[in-house]
Amino acid sequence: MKKILVTLLFLLFGTVANADCNIKSGSINILANDFPALRTLVETAKECKGSADFKVTHSAEHNKIAVPALTANPSEFSVRVAANSSIVPLMNADLIRPMNDLVEKYGKGIQESQLITIDGKVMAVAFMANTQHLYVRTDVLQENGIAIPKTYEEVVAAAEKIRAAGKMKYPYAAAYKAGWNLAEEFVNMYIGHGGEFFKDGGAQPNINNAKGVATLNMLKKLADLSNPDYLTHDSEAIKVEWESGNVAIMTLWASRSGTLLDDEGDAKITAATKLVAPATVGGGNIPAATLWWDGFTLAKNRSDADAEASFRAMAHAASSKEMVAKAADQAVWLVEGFVPGPKSVGVIEAVKMGAKPYPMLPQMGLMHGALGSEIVEFLQGNESAEQALKDVEAAYITKAKEQGFL
Amino acid sequence: MPNRSFFWFFFPAGLAMILFIGLPIISTGIQSFYAQHDQILIEVKKCDPFGCKTSVVVDQEATSKIKEDKPLGKFNGFGTYIDRNHLASEQVLEFWNESKSVGEFVGKVGNLPFYKALVFTLTYCVIVTPCVLFLGFIIALSLNAISRKIRGPLIFGTILPMIVTPLVGSLVLFWMIDAEGIIGANLQILMDDPYLSVKSSKALTWITIIIYGVWHHSPFAFVVFYAALQTVPQEPLEASIIDGASRFQRVKHIVLPHIYPVVTFVALISLMDNFRVFEPIIGFSAEGSAQSLSWLIYDNLVNEEVILFGSAAATSIMTIVGISIILTPVLLRTWKEFRTNR
Repeated sequence: MKKILVTLLFLLFGTVANADCNIKSGSINILANDFPALRTLVETAKECKGSADFKVTHSAEHNKIAVPALTANPSEFSVRVAANSSIVPLMNADLIRPMNDLVEKYGKGIQESQLITIDGKVMAVAFMANTQHLYVRTDVLQENGIAIPKTYEEVVAAAEKIRAAGKMKYPYAAAYKAGWNLAEEFVNMYIGHGGEFFKDGGAQPNINNAKGVATLNMLKKLADLSNPDYLTHDSEAIKVEWESGNVAIMTLWASRSGTLLDDEGDAKITAATKLVAPATVGGGNIPAATLWWDGFTLAKNRSDADAEASFRAMAHAASSKEMVAKAADQAVWLVEGFVPGPKSVGVIEAVKMGAKPYPMLPQMGLMHGALGSEIVEFLQGNESAEQALKDVEAAYITKAKEQGFL
Repeated sequence: MPNRSFFWFFFPAGLAMILFIGLPIISTGIQSFYAQHDQILIEVKKCDPFGCKTSVVVDQEATSKIKEDKPLGKFNGFGTYIDRNHLASEQVLEFWNESKSVGEFVGKVGNLPFYKALVFTLTYCVIVTPCVLFLGFIIALSLNAISRKIRGPLIFGTILPMIVTPLVGSLVLFWMIDAEGIIGANLQILMDDPYLSVKSSKALTWITIIIYGVWHHSPFAFVVFYAALQTVPQEPLEASIIDGASRFQRVKHIVLPHIYPVVTFVALISLMDNFRVFEPIIGFSAEGSAQSLSWLIYDNLVNEEVILFGSAAATSIMTIVGISIILTPVLLRTWKEFRTNR
């Protein structure tokens, strides 16, 4: 007992002594999405909070909270952990502050490549990369004599073969939940076909074309090979499908691999699960996937002292070699000293294959929203692909007019 | 009660209503007439871990100046109300001109987001409300006829659906109708169709939500009707039994007329509640197949990364107008009765 106590005390003081960033005042309040890598990052930031107040909100609903919470003055949160898409509404409404001075003063460990700069102003510091790529069950593929698919056409053929063999009823899975998730799948597939969302750099939509139709047809083929409830399945739901052994090929976020491959669940399935590169589509050579970064931003409507304290704590985490060594399989860290493991395959392959980042455009959120609701009827078989794309453009144009983009 | 004391009794409630309901509605109304200022975009160099490229951002300096001058935005009149995502006057006119048959016209209009939501909302309202009234009344009558000893536990059991949080209730049913849930899997076996999915079929989703609505709202009608049944006088009932009236005749000629005002009350409340159907759509993740007016407002406010205040405000105002239109016949009737009674 005594021994345990001594060890505990040692650990406690040990960590504090190790990583005190000497923050004397201010308060830190973080808003972040909820997955293991972000929890690790926030815990690391907490190590060096010094005498500052430290609060954190991890929520899957972070997107809904962010804009209202940061609009308030003073803002509820001093730090918002955002990604390429969620930083856009914050910049549109001028809610985050440039941090060039802080980077210069306290950001020694941060690499140049981690900085997100807009017109030279550092608006965010990235710490991890993410993408959606293929997960395959090697045992099922081998049993049916199928090579690991490299294109979505091969995915369709493989899934049809597995179904025909009577092995699985719904061999493919992807997050097709109506709304944000479904729209994200369209974005990936459309970029894979080489599509551009807007006409020459403007805000006029540009999806009602042959590439858009091909994208929808591919989504429909894949949907027909998925669990019929696919319109209600998000990333978490298809992960459960995978762990129950119902699925042989899946498109899922790299950041979800940590909990997918943990000790919980059927050891045989976990052992046979292999992470591979994202697939290409329609003869294209870039993957039908988008690259994402996760990084931290600082709220504008918060005192300079809070911003400074927040930056120092977050910068400590975003440059911690110790953290990336300990949590190497939780994410593809962009931090110096990260050694990629087997779980980083998807992202690294995507980068090698020349995947494009998710478009960081002010009007992209409106397009994403219109896609999420208007292509559902096509997948249900109630509408032609052309009509669905026409509806998306019309819905987008209306919203873009109201928001002043057109 | 003299008018003076009535006023002072009503004053706190009235004040709260003006502050927390009246003013927000007025502010929503004002907001619905405004759109965002024109965005001023500039080209800049953007760099991230995946490389640099030139693309556009909102010019904050220029925008903040315009915002300071006119914080509400750009006056848009009824622009938001008639755009494609709401009443879509232009599109409806266009469809009317180019459609060859009424069926084609209705199909095209039904594809517009607002009308799609309106059709579901009205269908839900029109089916659920009478079912709730009927079922509630039948349950109240049956329980009223049961021995007093077991009545207590039975009443408790009957009002359970109302006690269960709407979201939890819908989630339970959501899991049961899953392709691998008890209802979903059995339906597949029964219909001999392994690809049958309640959740992806539009018709089946509507039916599920409507059944859920009836299940959830009936206890409310039951409780009110049951209370009203306790006030039915015994003498005329006994007299009618002596005259040889059947059970059905007694209910039709004595019980129903007696509790009629209560029926109107329940109908009003149910109509209002059902017109704002929302939770089951979220609970069943049914956004793909069923959208209601309330869901449209929610979608505009939270589902987009860009919040569409103007759109949400316009839909809110139209929901209020819609409820008023639906309630008008019932209210007119009550008013007429009130006049004749005096």
